Amino acid sequence: MSDQSATRSGFPPAYLDRVGSSFTDFLATAAPDLLPGRRPVPTMPVGDLAPHGTTIVAVTYSGGVLMGGDRRATMGNLISSRDIEKVYPADSYSVIGIAGAAGIAIEMVKLYQVELEHYEKIEGLTMSLDGKANRLAAMIRGNLGAAMQGLAVVPLFAGFDLDAAQGTPPGRIFSYDVTGGNYEERGYAAVGSGSLFAKNSLKKTWQQGLSADAATRTVVESLYDAADDDSATGGPDPVRRLYPIVYRVDAEGIVRLTDAEIAAVADAIVTERADADRRNTERGATRPGDQP
Amino acid sequence: MTMPYYASAEQVMRDRSEYARKGISRGRSVAVVTYADGVLFIAENPSSTLHKVGEIYDRIGFAAVGRYSEFESLRVAGVRLADVRGYSYNRRDVTGRVIANAYAQTLGAIFTEQMKPYEVELCVAEVGDRPETDQLYRLTFDGSVVDEPDFVVMGGQAEAVTGHLREHFLPGMGLSDALQVGVRALSAVSPVTAGAAHGGPSQLTAAQLEVAVLDRRRPKRAFRRITGSALRTLLGDEPTPDAVEDAPATVHHAPSVPEPGTPAGLGDPANPDTAGEAGFDAHDEDGGEG
Repeated sequence: MSDQSATRSGFPPAYLDRVGSSFTDFLATAAPDLLPGRRPVPTMPVGDLAPHGTTIVAVTYSGGVLMGGDRRATMGNLISSRDIEKVYPADSYSVIGIAGAAGIAIEMVKLYQVELEHYEKIEGLTMSLDGKANRLAAMIRGNLGAAMQGLAVVPLFAGFDLDAAQGTPPGRIFSYDVTGGNYEERGYAAVGSGSLFAKNSLKKTWQQGLSADAATRTVVESLYDAADDDSATGGPDPVRRLYPIVYRVDAEGIVRLTDAEIAAVADAIVTERADADRRNTERGATRPGDQP
Repeated sequence: MTMPYYASAEQVMRDRSEYARKGISRGRSVAVVTYADGVLFIAENPSSTLHKVGEIYDRIGFAAVGRYSEFESLRVAGVRLADVRGYSYNRRDVTGRVIANAYAQTLGAIFTEQMKPYEVELCVAEVGDRPETDQLYRLTFDGSVVDEPDFVVMGGQAEAVTGHLREHFLPGMGLSDALQVGVRALSAVSPVTAGAAHGGPSQLTAAQLEVAVLDRRRPKRAFRRITGSALRTLLGDEPTPDAVEDAPATVHHAPSVPEPGTPAGLGDPANPDTAGEAGFDAHDEDGGEG
C-alpha cells in the first residue's frame, strides 16, 4: 500500500497533486482498495450471512432535528446483536443513521465522517448541508451492485442547516434509496424493516414545532411501535439496560441523549401502554383463550 | 548564455541552499510556542484566508513560512496522509512523527533531485496528554528535521525572534501570557512596527496576526483558531467581558436560498415533497434538470 512508501520516500505524487478536496476521490486514485464500492460484488445473494441493522427514525422539532435508532441487528432469523449502534455523528452539525448490511454500512459511515472532516480541513470551511447530503448519495450509488445481492445500505441523514434562510426550519432530513436517490423529507422520516410501523406512529404523534422533549418522545414511541410489530426491531430492554440511541442536533451542535433520559421516556411509554391495556380489560374486553 | 559542463555537487547544493534561504527570508515570521494547555501558533499574516497555520489531524497542527503555493500543497499532502492512515489503521495511529518524516523525505527528495528547491520551512506540532509529551518538529527546505523543545521560530527574522523568545519564554505559561510573549517577539522585528520610534504602532494588532492553538483539553480535534474579539481580548487590545468564547473553527457560509429549477426535494426545504411535479412546471423554461 502507498502508506508504506509514504514513510520511506516521502509523499507519493498523488498526495502532492492539488486537485479536489474530497477524501473519497483522493482514495480512488491513491488507494482504491480502501473504498467500499471498489470490491468484487458477490455473485450469489449473501443477505442472510451478514448482520443487518433495522429501524432508524428522524424527526424535526422547533430547534433542530432528532435521530434515533433501535439496538438490534439481525442475521436471517437470528438476532446477531442486541446493542449495536446505528446512529452516528457525521460532523458537528449532522447525524447519520444506517439500515441494511451492517458491515458495509458502518464502513461507509466511517468513510463519510472522514470525507466531511477532510473537506473541512482542506477548504477551511464546513460543507453546506445539501453538499453533505449529495456526497452521501454518491457513496450509496457506488454500492448498488452489492445491494442487488442482499447487501443494501440505506442511510438516513439529518442535520442543522447553518445556512437556513430566515423563517425556514433549520433541522432538515434526507432519505435515500439503494440507487443513491436523495430525497428531502418533510418533518419526519424512517428507514429500515420497521420503518412502516415507525412512520405510522409518527404520523399520529408528530407535529410541526414540537419541543425537544416532546419530539424525543415521538422518536422513542415510534421505535417502540416498530418493535411491537417488526421482529427485526428491538424494543427497550430494561433487563439489560439497553435503550434506543437518540442524537439531538441544534444550533449548539450534536448531543447524544443519555441512557437515563431515554430510559425515563421509554419507561413512561411502557407504563402508559400497560395502563391502557389494563383499562381495556376492566371494561370487559375479552382476549382469545379467556374463560367465559 | 551557456550552461557550464560541470558543477561540483557541493557547489550545486550550496547554490540551492542559498536560493531557498533567500526566498524564505523575504517572508514574515511564524512562532510556535508551547504553553500550559498545548501549543500556540502565532503568524504575522494580514490575510485571513491564505493561512500559514492549519490543522492536520486530531492532535496535530502545521505551520509554515515561505512560498504559499508550495507549503499549501505540502499541507494538503499532510492532511491526506493523516486521513488515509487514520482511516485504514486507527485514529490513534496517526502521529506527528509519521507526518514529519513524510515531509522530511519529500523535502529532501525535492532538494536533491529538482532544479528548484522548495522555499519553505515547516513546523509540525503534536499535542500530548501532558506538557512533557508535546512535540515540535521543525523541517527545513533540505529535508532536515529537528525535534525542538519549548518553541520554534521560522521565517525571515527567525534568529532575532528566537533571541527575544529565549529571554522571555517560561515553560507552563498560560495562553494569554504565551500569546503576549510571542507577539512581542514577532513585533520586535516586524517591518510593520519599524516606525515605533517615530510614533508608529509598537505592536502587531489582531488584524495582522493569525493565531491558533492545539488545546489538549479539547476532546478529539484539538485545533482551534482564535480570531476576532477573542483574539483582541487575549492581546489586551480591547477588553470585552464575553469575548473569551470559542471562535468557530471554520467560517460559516453566507445564507443561501434554493436556486430556482433545482430538483424537487433538494432545494426547497419549505416544500420538499413536490417530487418533480409542481415545482418543475414553473421552471421548465429555465432548462433545469427536467
